[in-house]
Amino acid sequence: MERLRRTMMYVPGNNPAMLADATIYGADSIMFDLEDSVALSEKDAARWLVYEMVKNGDFDNTEVVVRINGLDTPSGHKDIEAMVRAGVDVIRLPKTDSAEDIHAVERLIEAAETSIGREIGSTKMMAAIEGPMGIINAFAIASASQRLIGIAIGAEDYVTSMKTKRSPGGVELMTARSQLVIAARAAGIAALDTVYSDVENDEGFLEEVQLIKQLGFDGKSVINPRQIGVVHEAFHPSDVEISEAKQIMLAIEEANEKGSGVISLNGKMIDKPIVERAERVLELAGFGGGQHV
Amino acid sequence: MYRRTYEEEFTIIPEGNRKSPVIRAVKPSDEKLTATIREAIEKSGLKDGMTISFHHHFRSGDFILNDVMAVIADMGFKGLKLASSSLSAIHFPLIDLIKKGVVTEIHTSGLRGALATEISGGLMDRPVVIRSHGGRARAVEAGDIAIDVAFLGVPCTDSYGNANGQSGKAICGSLGYAKVDAEYANHVVLITDQLVSYPNMPASINQKFVDQVVVVDRIGDPSKIASGATRFTKNPKELMIAKNACDIITKSPYFKDGFSFQTGSGGSSLAVTRFLKEAMIKADIKASFALGGITNPMVALHEEGLIEQLFDVQSFDLDAAVSIKDNVKHHEIDASLYANPHNKGCMTNKLNVVILSALEIDTDFNVNVITGSDGKFMGASGGHCDTAACADLTIIVAPLIRGRIPSVVNKVDTIITPGSSVDVLVTERGIAINPLREDLMALYKETSLNIVPIETLEEIASGIVGPKKDIQHTDKVVGIVEYRDGSIIDVIKEVK
Repeated sequence: MERLRRTMMYVPGNNPAMLADATIYGADSIMFDLEDSVALSEKDAARWLVYEMVKNGDFDNTEVVVRINGLDTPSGHKDIEAMVRAGVDVIRLPKTDSAEDIHAVERLIEAAETSIGREIGSTKMMAAIEGPMGIINAFAIASASQRLIGIAIGAEDYVTSMKTKRSPGGVELMTARSQLVIAARAAGIAALDTVYSDVENDEGFLEEVQLIKQLGFDGKSVINPRQIGVVHEAFHPSDVEISEAKQIMLAIEEANEKGSGVISLNGKMIDKPIVERAERVLELAGFGGGQHV
Repeated sequence: MYRRTYEEEFTIIPEGNRKSPVIRAVKPSDEKLTATIREAIEKSGLKDGMTISFHHHFRSGDFILNDVMAVIADMGFKGLKLASSSLSAIHFPLIDLIKKGVVTEIHTSGLRGALATEISGGLMDRPVVIRSHGGRARAVEAGDIAIDVAFLGVPCTDSYGNANGQSGKAICGSLGYAKVDAEYANHVVLITDQLVSYPNMPASINQKFVDQVVVVDRIGDPSKIASGATRFTKNPKELMIAKNACDIITKSPYFKDGFSFQTGSGGSSLAVTRFLKEAMIKADIKASFALGGITNPMVALHEEGLIEQLFDVQSFDLDAAVSIKDNVKHHEIDASLYANPHNKGCMTNKLNVVILSALEIDTDFNVNVITGSDGKFMGASGGHCDTAACADLTIIVAPLIRGRIPSVVNKVDTIITPGSSVDVLVTERGIAINPLREDLMALYKETSLNIVPIETLEEIASGIVGPKKDIQHTDKVVGIVEYRDGSIIDVIKEVK
């Protein structure tokens, strides 16, 4: 069963206290940031700090992601080398516009894996799409590498490129979000939504979480630990959903035991989409992945 | 004086009588209003070597202690024993008075700032005696602290000595600590900046105890005596700890209609009250009373009918200070009724749940709230050991790591509260139950709470920030920690 990625929490790579506390809030994934939250003068310090943290930290079941600087900066190559050495789970590319962006990073990851003797392909990747070109190329990006576990939308840069700004309800992001989810689903990887920056607006945040859940996203990037509980709660299935899903799985089990080809529950036929939805419900309810709920 | 060492919470059985102050008659023609502090000191009969007392209801906004001590020093007194209910950073001028021999002995709940640092470095020849709030009330009543002259700042009084903390230019709410001194001191001087007409009611301190009244320009800085409504923490770590502490309470057998509780004023403690409110509404449970230092979240719960009565020894913020005037079931209590173990029943005896903080807690659950990671004074004993000893459920809330300093250690530098009084430790990385509480251990293991051995928390903390650094002490004792029953539970040595 695929791991849950309901929340990916941003942690600035140059803040030791926040790095040390990153795991305690129960985010499904944590993303140490070497890019936008780190000043140019602190890039090297942050890289070493995150290297030590990734290498020596106890992350238990939490997925560890590092957002690297772009390859068009002096830090990009160094970030990749250091993070592969540290044994990071996932390297996240910022501002991805094309499949070639993925290939370029993948070549560097592979070279680093080779040089340190780490299993080729063991370092996973994800890509943030932050502009119109990336949205146009979303499927090409999502299917560019076996290493990719997901794509994410970065809304701030995107809306600026689109000559608009973010609004409550997010009509300006509707097409991009939909296209990103479609691309992710077509490629069989995760789709993650952008951050919600107004940490004081609990109501607005919850509305956005409900929206992206309905669109089909796997989860959302969060910038404050206080947002984690809201997302997990919103993604948590209702008691009715859980009970239905359990009944469906039970019916399948019984049918399998009987060797029956056609499976029905309460007079209704259970087909593949129903089973898949039931599995997803149980996964989100915490009966599958061993994740924090 | 011969002193016993600490054995267990309730082993010492007191003997003898309570101390009686001197009898003094005031005739109808006598005048209590005195023009200056100097004149009041002259009339008090203060002599070298005597014991003088102050209260700490004005916290870091207090002008009284420094102003009175300056006059005392100017008048040439030497060798005085200073018995303040507590001392804060603003009282740094005492450093100079100690050097000059004006003050040679200090009894207090806590020490902070430059004064704390200097005393830790060996400023005084005699060790400071640290007492809890209940322990101080006991010591005053038993005569261990025999107050000769009490200088008590009050937000308002009439000219005959009926005073309270509810009205005036700088209100502080409860005068719970001062009430004890007024009752037991041989000579009581009230100092105010708000003289009101006779009779001033309610009288937290009443005229039969008061010798003199002095009016000054300012008793303190109102913004530091009682600051406005305390804001709820937004710190995610504090919120997480508070949520876990609330879960510990609500899943305990003590969370039922009519329960009682006390919290501190730290970020996590205040947030516990907020989470508790939601849980109380959901379960349709009301508290019979909240005790101790009263805070605005408690007042809010009281006004919403979720806490029936408030018993206030110290109002922690402006909302609490105002409430004591407005709410008839918000009662002002003195420190003896609050927590003195040697009267005929203090209110902490009836406490179900208490939430307390810790600078350090060790793997035997002993708690230090007085000395920092550098071994120097930096906190106060407060009501910590009083409430912990009495409450059915004593919960310590503390972040596992503060900066680079671990909160859970193998051995605390100074014991204020013995581990046998502590039931649960809540940190952001796990909850530890005192193995002495087998009932609680069995109870919480059945829940989804992250229960871990306290040794595991120590290992996690030292794994992140390294083992606790040994503090280098000399053999000189700079502080004696007295347990609430008068026995000695620990000593504090000079830091090299």
